[in-house]
Amino acid sequence: MIEIRGLEKYFGALQVLKGIDLDVEKGEVLSVIGASGSGKSTLLYCINGLEPIQKGSVLVDGSDVHAKDTDINKLRQKLGMVFQQWNSFPHLTALENVALAPKIVKGKSKAEAHDIAEKQLKHVGLADKLSVYPNALSGGQQQRLAIARALAMEPTYMLFDEATSALDPELVGEVLDTMRLLAEEGMTMICVTHEMGFARDVSDRVAYFHQGVMDEIGPPEQIFGDAKSENTRKFLANVR
Amino acid sequence: MFDYNFHWRPVLKSLPDLLEAGLLTLQVAALSMVIGIVIGLVLALIRMHMRGPLYWLATSWVELARNTPALFQLFFFGFGLGAFGLHLSPFIIVLCGLSFNCAGYLAENFRGGFQAVPDTQLRAARSLGMNAWQAYTRIVIPQVFRIVYHPLTNQLVWAVLMSSLGMLVGFRELSGETQFFASRTFRIFEYFAVTAVIYYVIVKFILAISRLLAMRLFRY
Repeated sequence: MIEIRGLEKYFGALQVLKGIDLDVEKGEVLSVIGASGSGKSTLLYCINGLEPIQKGSVLVDGSDVHAKDTDINKLRQKLGMVFQQWNSFPHLTALENVALAPKIVKGKSKAEAHDIAEKQLKHVGLADKLSVYPNALSGGQQQRLAIARALAMEPTYMLFDEATSALDPELVGEVLDTMRLLAEEGMTMICVTHEMGFARDVSDRVAYFHQGVMDEIGPPEQIFGDAKSENTRKFLANVR
Repeated sequence: MFDYNFHWRPVLKSLPDLLEAGLLTLQVAALSMVIGIVIGLVLALIRMHMRGPLYWLATSWVELARNTPALFQLFFFGFGLGAFGLHLSPFIIVLCGLSFNCAGYLAENFRGGFQAVPDTQLRAARSLGMNAWQAYTRIVIPQVFRIVYHPLTNQLVWAVLMSSLGMLVGFRELSGETQFFASRTFRIFEYFAVTAVIYYVIVKFILAISRLLAMRLFRY
């Protein structure tokens, strides 16, 4: 379970998260929507400790992400992350991209790591691209590679930071399909997304962020059908 | 037209000595590159991540190495330190001078290389649970190395050619040796012509090896 309490985050003088309280249960799919600059991506970076926070706390299965005595590298193994700009490692083949972390972080043997990598690449539909370097893959394939890379660490939670925003429109579908597949398999997911269709169909809950505040959270039927907050309604009217 | 008679025989007779001196040139250049790479990497990291006295030391090093004649840098280690009673052997003088110079140039190459690898690569690596050391050695530095690889080769070529300044501090590398024979036999043109060819061959050899190595190292 991820428990966020009174989370506040500043970039210099600018406050980007203004006291967020949020629980994410195991097995849940939460979509986070909102305008650019509303703090939704920053929330993900605060959850896996890539950004320090100024106030509040983030607990992952009871461990405080931002406490000094937490082994953050160990905790991050539970938190797979997929970035907007997929960030595949250009100097490694698809197989090596996925196998590297299991090998050096988890101490798996080369053969074990390669087995895991092959399995995960098959999982995301890249079984025929094992020895290919990322520059020979399309954006959608690279993003699926990034998903496989995160899955290879056998995370409990997956964080998606606008995983489809940087893709050409015709490539969005294949990545969303992979995300749907994970959701069906019961993965706990927090998806920052601009794909309203995905948020409505796949999520258990949808959170709307507005200027650093979580303005509204509820099941997709509520958010998309009968939003309580004026801001949510305005936002959704604009994106539709 | 002109009444100069070429005499190649003395040059041919001392060719083995010249080739041996060529090897010495290659050695001192390669060694100063190795030292230059290590120091250059440290200087680049200091300049990127630190403030205070170390930053100023590293910056002064880079500024002096890049903006003063390499010959003066050699003279500093030769006659400069000599004036203070510290007498180094010609080999050490050239090694120090070239290393000082290479480190300065390479520091800037490395800095550019580090800046060319996006921060997001480091973030992606850390998000997988890698510690900072693993993320740098497995993800960032291999990419930096590729970016600086060709500038590195250029610097090695430059070091080979620059080592010829060694003859001015009494070092009998290729140029020093050539000068020695030339002044003994007065066949100055012949000696330096042959030596130019030897330099050319050394440089071409380095470039060929570098290209082959690149094909093996960089498959992407």
